[in-house]
Amino acid sequence: MGSLFRSEDMTLCQLFLQSEAAYACVSELGELGLVQFRDLNPDVNAFQRKFVNEVRRCDEMERKLRFLEKEIRKDGIPMLDTGDNPDAPQPREMIDLEATFEKLESEMNDVNANSEALKKNFLELTELKHILRKTQAFFDEADHHTMQAMHDPLIPDDDVQLLGEELGRHAGQALKLGFVAGVILRERIPAFERMLWRVCRGNVFLKQAEIDTRLEDPITGDRVDKTVFIIFFQGEQLKSRVKKICEGFRATLYPCPETQSDRREMSIGVMTRIEDLNTVLGQTQDHRHRLLVAAAKNIKVWFIKVRKIKAIYHTLNMFNLDVTQKCLISECWCPVADLDRIQQALKRGNERSGSSVPSILNRMSTRQEPPTYHRLNKFTVVFQNIVDAYGVASYREVNPAPWTIISFPFLFAIMFGEIVGYDFSPMDYHIIPVPVCNHVR
Amino acid sequence: MGTRAETTFIVVSIFWAFIGIVCPILLQFCMGKSPNKGIVQIMFIMTAVCCYLFWLCAFLFQLNPLVGPQLESNLIRVMQYEWFGIDPTGHHHVKTT
Repeated sequence: MGSLFRSEDMTLCQLFLQSEAAYACVSELGELGLVQFRDLNPDVNAFQRKFVNEVRRCDEMERKLRFLEKEIRKDGIPMLDTGDNPDAPQPREMIDLEATFEKLESEMNDVNANSEALKKNFLELTELKHILRKTQAFFDEADHHTMQAMHDPLIPDDDVQLLGEELGRHAGQALKLGFVAGVILRERIPAFERMLWRVCRGNVFLKQAEIDTRLEDPITGDRVDKTVFIIFFQGEQLKSRVKKICEGFRATLYPCPETQSDRREMSIGVMTRIEDLNTVLGQTQDHRHRLLVAAAKNIKVWFIKVRKIKAIYHTLNMFNLDVTQKCLISECWCPVADLDRIQQALKRGNERSGSSVPSILNRMSTRQEPPTYHRLNKFTVVFQNIVDAYGVASYREVNPAPWTIISFPFLFAIMFGEIVGYDFSPMDYHIIPVPVCNHVR
Repeated sequence: MGTRAETTFIVVSIFWAFIGIVCPILLQFCMGKSPNKGIVQIMFIMTAVCCYLFWLCAFLFQLNPLVGPQLESNLIRVMQYEWFGIDPTGHHHVKTT
């Protein structure tokens, strides 16, 4: 009887499948979900099984699909989930799928690499733009102090000690200050300053200004705060030292022209280049978005197909290959009541693959204990799972699950009543009157 | 007909007997072919048994209680005086208000 009281009657069957029909038959049996295959090659290593190459190809496909899914999720594109269950595709369709995935993956990689390079370029140009803007103020100040110090060498200038002293000592000498300009992370500025002071023995002059907008780091993608700095020094030795320190702190140096007119020209050039880059970046992002949207329509279906292919090949790996007769042999457990449906599924698989020789299903008698099989529907599967969590019933053992449908909720209701009736309600009508009485009093 | 207790007992027992015995038999004819017939029959019987037992225990216990409400002696004296007009000496007294 097809009820839940005890396990169904199971029988051991032998299955003889033609090699061409094997894939289609296993696919049909898989859709039916009524058969458990026994592993006939238990002592064979996973890498020595017959269909290990196909399984490897499926793994590759899954990897590519996962990569695509991650990119889709990163962009926040919704993935269409129609809920339909496509059958496993034929082996020749597998090659098409592989080609599609390969193409998609290489395109995504290209687009990502391009956009990374573009973003790096964009970052450099933006930093250069900020430098050109801020250094204007620096040069004005430097000029001002130079003029001042040259005219009054005796007035001590506490603000600009370095330049003042230098200029005081060499008053009258024409002073040629070299400088480097660059950009550094804001967190590194204090250590940077201290290092400069120590190494150059206080003979360099650092001016800094913070960049207000946060810039996007091309590799990690998060926004960081940066500062523009400019270092004035005199002499070649100091220049090399300053350059080495900048390298050590990962500050990017930019060539900054000295005269104002050059700077203005450069900043115009930089602005146009930034605009061009913005357009190109936008187009790259659009292209990537279009690729991902097209992929997102099918990706769930692809996942299901690839998983089914993999499952079929894992199952085929459990079969024994009888080379003399060009057929695959397997042993499986199935419920006695469903033998007809299994025969029909095998017939369907044979027709699909167009094989001439029909598959054979042979009942065997055995002393082994069959697996337990309960016929469940959406309602009873819940309670069967709870009972199975304590332990799966052995074959033909009485199944407690149908009784638990009523007894579990009943007992939980009693326990709930205890909690509310003995704990919460008495607590409420002892605790609530206390402040009320206090208030009344 | 008998006391109220007996009437209640009979009515409730008949109700749960109907659910627990008659309904599964009816189901045999209504749902004869459905694969879920066995499950639904079990559900009816289990519900009837669990609920009837639960009710029966509470009912019989309250019919012949082993313990009553726990009250202090002073409270009992006050109740007897106020509600039943029995003063501490044991005589009835007439209440004026």
